[in-house]
Amino acid sequence: MNTATKDHAELAGDFNKDIDRVDWHDETLWWIRQKRDIAVHKLPEWELLRETASQIKNNVLSNLNNYLQQFEANAQSNGIVVHWAADAQEHNAIVLALLKKNGITQMVKSKSMLTEECHLNEHLEANGIGVIDSDLGERIVQLAKEMPSHIVLPCIHKKKEEIGELFHIHLNTPKGNADPQFLTETARQHLRDTFLTRKAALTGVNFAVAETGEFVVCTNEGNADMGAHLADIHIASMGIEKIIPERKHLGVFLRLLTRSATGQPITTYSSHFVKPREGQEMHIIMVDNGRSIQLGREDFRNSLKCIRCGACMNTCPVYRRSGGHSYHYAISGPIGSILAPNLDMEKYADLPFASTLCGSCTNVCPVKIDIHDQLYKWRQVIVQKGYVPAAKKASMQAMAWVLASPGKYHMAGKAARFTMKLVPFAVNNQLNPWYKHRDMPKVPQQSFGEWYDKNRDN
Amino acid sequence: MNSRDEILQAVSQNQPTFAALPNVDMLLGDNTDLVAKFISTLTAIGGKVIPVKSMGDVRYLLLSDMAADIREVTTVPLLGDIMELITKKTKQGHSLENVDKAIIEASFAVAENGAVWVTENKVLVRALPFICQHLSVIVHTSNILPTMHEAYKLIANDKYGFGTFIAGPSKTADIEQSLVLGAHGPRTMTIYLMG
Repeated sequence: MNTATKDHAELAGDFNKDIDRVDWHDETLWWIRQKRDIAVHKLPEWELLRETASQIKNNVLSNLNNYLQQFEANAQSNGIVVHWAADAQEHNAIVLALLKKNGITQMVKSKSMLTEECHLNEHLEANGIGVIDSDLGERIVQLAKEMPSHIVLPCIHKKKEEIGELFHIHLNTPKGNADPQFLTETARQHLRDTFLTRKAALTGVNFAVAETGEFVVCTNEGNADMGAHLADIHIASMGIEKIIPERKHLGVFLRLLTRSATGQPITTYSSHFVKPREGQEMHIIMVDNGRSIQLGREDFRNSLKCIRCGACMNTCPVYRRSGGHSYHYAISGPIGSILAPNLDMEKYADLPFASTLCGSCTNVCPVKIDIHDQLYKWRQVIVQKGYVPAAKKASMQAMAWVLASPGKYHMAGKAARFTMKLVPFAVNNQLNPWYKHRDMPKVPQQSFGEWYDKNRDN
Repeated sequence: MNSRDEILQAVSQNQPTFAALPNVDMLLGDNTDLVAKFISTLTAIGGKVIPVKSMGDVRYLLLSDMAADIREVTTVPLLGDIMELITKKTKQGHSLENVDKAIIEASFAVAENGAVWVTENKVLVRALPFICQHLSVIVHTSNILPTMHEAYKLIANDKYGFGTFIAGPSKTADIEQSLVLGAHGPRTMTIYLMG
């Protein structure tokens, strides 16, 4: 899939060619949003929980240097080897070196958006290491050679018939069988063998506790545990913002995470890894990759509070109708759109504009990130830095020129009303970039100014 | 300078002014109807609850449901005479690959989400509650806590090498949001609720 040269609007345009699929995608995600609402409304203390979580994360960001060192010391005294990676490249090199040192050529991996961000699989495969993603949704997109389109529901964009076809090609299932129960059972059998034979397992980290040096991994499938408990080496990759101060704070975050994500009261497994099991090696890689820079951006540092629940995606009217791949970044949707520009402002200049700024993301965020405000603020930064597309820039400059003088403004208004009434095709066409993203409004008979002049004496 | 020092230096430079931690104790839940809440929550997420009076009841139920050709294991010494007892000597999780049913004990359960807390001390082999086809857990009604806040208050200073909250059978809805029980872990989860 070549998405390198297309921006969000173009990719959304591709996704929107299949109207039925867009409607289905939209409805499926809205259904998940509704499940979230049902779960949330059962807890009268929900808003207090959100506020508490937000304050804990504010504390974490304000004291991160100490918490990181505290976590490191405690994890080390528990027998875990701690690594630090300044960027994606260093993270990938550490994983590769650990595998090579132990003569391992195959690894099983549970869900980790960080490794997607770092393009770990590509790096390992280029160096002769086979990686199998064990989360069912991730395995499906891996077989399809795609990126996850959603951080919690990686193949939410795929129809079961397409998954059946993938399984037919790769796992030898009968052609035409698209029964979710049957396909899941097939993946279970296939991956069980993987779990039993892999010497190395990589997992993500949902939360890392500074006070105890333990880390928590949440799954519904049990794939992180199956991998980690059967492997000789467990590598856990975490962004430096995953730290929380004390064990008791897990209570706050575990209550918020899945209720926000899928409407479940908790994931099936919330596993706390403190020490390696006897005879096992356990490694943690703490990755910066731009996070310390984001921490220094006053307007955007709150994005680091994210616990990756995906609620902002499920509720977003743009995400639901444009699909996760239109964001051309490992983390899609509203939160991805405020994280990605930090890494590469030019490449992801389009993402903060992929929003209606309706604010729904901010309303559902369990840690109260001001997502839509940040989207708006990123637009200012991106325009100031000159990263907006030429057409948008030119029209905004023309707009500024017109708005600067009342004479030009009235003239332009008249001309526009005249044009749109008599020759609407002059603006309602594919050459007008504004029209591509929006319907042009109906033309009024006269402007308010003209109406006022006529009626002021009555 | 190495990456560790670089990261810590950048973080120190860029982090905002200190913000105090909030108090989480005001979030503690209430103790009403804990048994009923636990049963309805766990049932809703695909678990099954069997009320029992004593370990004798559990033995009776297990014995009456026993089949010759399946491997049943337990970490509960009191059940060691009717099925294979897992001990600390059972080192590798791989040896449990063909376990059909495992019966373990949990320290406590949580009413709001149907989870039980299981530590390495209780399961002895970390892989056990994940690799078995069917998982049964014994919990006492007196050990049901209202919310996760009470749970973490209880284990605040516990020492464990590995611990996990387990809430129901393993599951996935990755294919068109169709819920399927039995993803990579157990296909069923049964709680013997004692007391």
